[in-house]
Amino acid sequence: MASSSVAPSGSVFRRPLATKGWGSWLTTVDHKKIGKMYGFTAFAFFLIGGLEAVFIRLQLAEADASVLSAEVYNQFFTMHGITMIFLVVMPMAAAFFNFLIPLQIGARDVAFPRLNAFSYWAFLFGGLFLYSSFIFGGAPNGGWFGYAPLSTSTSGLNMAYYGVGLQILGISSLAASVNFITTILNMRAPGLTMMRLPVFIWMSLVVNFLLLFAMPVIAVALFQLTFDKVFFTSFFQAATGGDPVLWQHLFWLFGHPEVYILILPAMGMVSEILPVFSRKPLFGYAAVVFAGAAIGFMGWGVWAHHMFAVGLGPVANSAFALSTMFIAVPTGIKIFNWVFTMWGGKIRFTTPMLFAIGFVAMFTIGGLSGVMHAIVPHDAQQTDTYFVVAHFHYVLFGGALFGIMGGMYFWWPKLFGKMLDERLGKIHFWLWFVGFNLAFGPMHIAGLLGQPRRTYVYGEELGSSVERWNQVSTLGSLIIVVSVVVFIWNAWKTYRSDEIAPHDPWDARTLEWLTPTPVPEHNFDVIPTVTHRDEFWHRKYAEDDAGRAVPVPAGASEDHAAEHGEHEEHIHMPDPSYWPLVLSAGLPFIGYGVIYKSIIWAVIGLVLLLTGVYGWQLEPVAEGDE
Amino acid sequence: MGDPRTWRCRARWLLPLAAVAALSACSGEQTALDPQGPFAERPDDLFRVVFWIAVGVFVLVQGLIIVAVLKFRDRGDDETLPVQTHGNTKLEILWTVIPALILAGIAVPTVQSIFELSEEPDGAVTIEVFGHRWWWEYQYPEAGVETANEMVIPVGRPVRLVMTAEEADQPDVGVIHSFWVPALAGKQDVIPGRITTLNIQADTEGRYLGQCAEYCGLSHANMRLRVIAVPPDEFDQWLEEQAADAPRPDEGTLEAEGEQLFFGGACVGCHAVRGVEVDGTRATGNVGPDLTHFATREEFAGAIFEVNEDNLAEWLEDPPAMKPMTPDERPSLGMPDLGLKPDEIRALVAYLLSLT
Amino acid sequence: MSTAAHETSLGLDHRKVAIWAFLGSEFLFFGAFISSFLLYQNDVNEGPGVELFDIPFTSVSSFVLLMSSVTMVLAHSAHVRGDMRRMRLWVLATAFQGMVFIGGQVFEFTTFVKEGMAFTTSPFSSAFFALTGFHGAHVTVGILMLLSLAGLTKLDRVKPDQHIKTEMIGLYWHFVDIIWIIIFTVVYLIPAG
Repeated sequence: MASSSVAPSGSVFRRPLATKGWGSWLTTVDHKKIGKMYGFTAFAFFLIGGLEAVFIRLQLAEADASVLSAEVYNQFFTMHGITMIFLVVMPMAAAFFNFLIPLQIGARDVAFPRLNAFSYWAFLFGGLFLYSSFIFGGAPNGGWFGYAPLSTSTSGLNMAYYGVGLQILGISSLAASVNFITTILNMRAPGLTMMRLPVFIWMSLVVNFLLLFAMPVIAVALFQLTFDKVFFTSFFQAATGGDPVLWQHLFWLFGHPEVYILILPAMGMVSEILPVFSRKPLFGYAAVVFAGAAIGFMGWGVWAHHMFAVGLGPVANSAFALSTMFIAVPTGIKIFNWVFTMWGGKIRFTTPMLFAIGFVAMFTIGGLSGVMHAIVPHDAQQTDTYFVVAHFHYVLFGGALFGIMGGMYFWWPKLFGKMLDERLGKIHFWLWFVGFNLAFGPMHIAGLLGQPRRTYVYGEELGSSVERWNQVSTLGSLIIVVSVVVFIWNAWKTYRSDEIAPHDPWDARTLEWLTPTPVPEHNFDVIPTVTHRDEFWHRKYAEDDAGRAVPVPAGASEDHAAEHGEHEEHIHMPDPSYWPLVLSAGLPFIGYGVIYKSIIWAVIGLVLLLTGVYGWQLEPVAEGDE
Repeated sequence: MGDPRTWRCRARWLLPLAAVAALSACSGEQTALDPQGPFAERPDDLFRVVFWIAVGVFVLVQGLIIVAVLKFRDRGDDETLPVQTHGNTKLEILWTVIPALILAGIAVPTVQSIFELSEEPDGAVTIEVFGHRWWWEYQYPEAGVETANEMVIPVGRPVRLVMTAEEADQPDVGVIHSFWVPALAGKQDVIPGRITTLNIQADTEGRYLGQCAEYCGLSHANMRLRVIAVPPDEFDQWLEEQAADAPRPDEGTLEAEGEQLFFGGACVGCHAVRGVEVDGTRATGNVGPDLTHFATREEFAGAIFEVNEDNLAEWLEDPPAMKPMTPDERPSLGMPDLGLKPDEIRALVAYLLSLT
Repeated sequence: MSTAAHETSLGLDHRKVAIWAFLGSEFLFFGAFISSFLLYQNDVNEGPGVELFDIPFTSVSSFVLLMSSVTMVLAHSAHVRGDMRRMRLWVLATAFQGMVFIGGQVFEFTTFVKEGMAFTTSPFSSAFFALTGFHGAHVTVGILMLLSLAGLTKLDRVKPDQHIKTEMIGLYWHFVDIIWIIIFTVVYLIPAG
């Protein structure tokens, strides 16, 4: 378009140019900065969601307690679930996608940098919108899966916030998925074929395809819920011919792929961490990749296992029991491949490695209880009890969060240029590990002993052992709190320290470690040409005839330095932009307009939205970026 | 503690779940680990098999992890790198096929059980179940009996529950609940606009605890239920008594005063007391529980409070303070604070306790 | 940075990969609405149902929308040739046909409401209005994009060598058109036949 990258001065469409200072964060389109913003925001929500969990655990520490009222408890457990899923684990994954995808595939940015910024801002505004409900009359209180008609028929706008808030977050995820899919498919460095991609990239690709196809399904369900709630249609209202079970089908058709959206990024990270610290390549790369893709496909055929108690009939229940059992096969493949990656290796017990091993061990437990749910007749005992709560925390905490924590320790030096303290890291891990098992292990037993989930009190009639197991859980949750404090302390200490991390502190295998630390805005001075899977490792080591790896005499860092010598003349990075922020700022206004049936708010939102769209379209693009 | 159920509920087979399970002293009677009838035993049998297989896999995987971690740790003794194995096709096929075969093995009895448990058993008693926010209504259609929260069934006979959910004042307007008495069967959702069914059976006499297991809003935690299994002849007698008209108090008593208040006040708008007419008023309300034989029940308000004078007096003083409910939002969502005076409460409590 | 198609891994422009991904997502969006409609097709709650449909009328507006895909193709090929005047003409013709379709939908909706079928009348009416309404919203967004495109060429903000912009809007437009063919068949023709 415009031939010059600098617009005529005075033009309203002048692009911001600052890359430093707080203002630059508002307009940045740099994938690394956006990744950090995702990470910080998600961590802040993690603390909020964790606080809600602690209140829940304090309330349940004894039978018939009254720390929280029923109404507040119901809002807390609903928001805890929504927060941890949509505002913590998904954006944490997005943080890693942002930071790592371009670096691991040897690209200078994502395919659509401004769209990337939009995704972040829409996520932030979606999260703030949801939490604004606490101020404006009450947070969502119908459970994170918002079963209709409870979600549509209670008075108060609590669940309207849920309907619109998730919609905004869905727009963010959808935009991000289109962006990352394009980036991965289309921006790989020369020679980086699909079967040479790091496993993390493969898992990211699967996750983003899942998002691409799952988000529209939940969008439709949320539209119907919002229409029922705000405009009194009857999609889910039995009295006027609607069917409450439609919500469940649509929700879980999204919701089960969502489970894999949450866990696959962590699987990808663990698949990167285990080989580095075992000093061996991933065992059965192809099997791990195909198992991941198979999980992605099969994840679409198991949704009704969340609905075994609905009474869909024996034929449907049998079919979904079978599909649920067999999705365990690719999952099992991965677990054995991870274990055998360590087997025969030379394992260094760094903090990221501890989290990765913890992931494999804990996720296995979550997988086993998952298979138990496929035993439909007994699932009728387990479902909606603390057994299920234990199961999905073993998958999402023992799985996703262990993986994400491992990823933080592993990539921290590349993200921030400094190493997290290993000693504090190990204290963090062991407190986290012990606290986690104390908090969620006993829930298996409490559930089988008859404690249903989502109850703000349980009676003494459930028996003294139920109460005792709940006390253990509460104790565990407090230990987790301590471990998180240790982590924050560690991050703070690192932030204050002057020690700069080397560019490849772990002797790692993939391309991101080829870049200098801190990573320059353009990532690579020269886009690397890839000849191997684990390209960076192969630049450092060769295999001798016996299959033993020997260091390449010249050493990688020298090679690398040499590459830095030959600077390209100009590397044009896209300029920052205001418009993603303006465009996404329209979304919450439209949301309030819908909830409160206020034309004014909706119009303000639409104006912001359209201003953003046209500003985006009309602003001068950086040179070369059509 | 002496009866056999208490002894069995130690659930010793669960021990390996964690050594700590041994600490699990006798639990309450809502455990799923101590089935008391065929419809709970069948799932339990399946679970035991799967549980042990899971224990096997658990030990195998965690064992492999522990061995790998101990055996292959970096001892820092030399700088050489380990052999760079990239995979092993035979091994990988092995850990694909074996789990698949195990799962296929589990699938067969699972599918069989799914079909068997869904069939209507021969000679079953039918009870209609209605899930309301936040209490259970039961109707025995053949006997013309209606009661709440406490379901009485005959020992040793299958019972077919035919269930739906609705707010008592508005048919089809309701939310999803789930009927769950772990000792007698797995849970079954109760859905507005749909009929779902569940088979239960108790092989021993007893009082079995259960509660709503699908989150249904504010007072979900307070939507409990009980199933009381009695010998068949006692069951028949119970049906007969429950079908009878409500008893009348003697004139001039406190109970009679309460009856006057009950029929003269707001109570009849929501509650039924069958077969009684006081000053031309009948109590036919169907928003709250049928109170015809209220005093034969042991618990009230979603089976969370014991029926006794103190609890009832406290309840009548301000129901939403005792159990979270929102009658101001919609009258069917619980009993409102009627602003009763202490002597009115005393009379009403006396009357309610006379409804045997 | 440069995103010329020949430098990408797939040999396709990023925007083309992205729009195909996005349209894949849109397909499921309409798929879920169509499924809901099929579920509620007969749930008229004592209100009017499919008998309200005026098949000849909707056939005509459907035909107009179908034809707009032809002019869209012509617009793109004119842009590829660099004939910006013709390109603008065909783009405006496409937008105009889209407006005719939307006009037909507005008329149709008004008639239905007059005849007693409003958004909240029954699950059938809610599902119908939600499905066709969201489709109408997609057409409207398409019209806005077409008008903006025509305006930007006039202002020389879209240049003759940027025919990928026309191609992208065209892909979206054809998609919306194809979805309408499915909706017209499933919602109007099959129940009526």
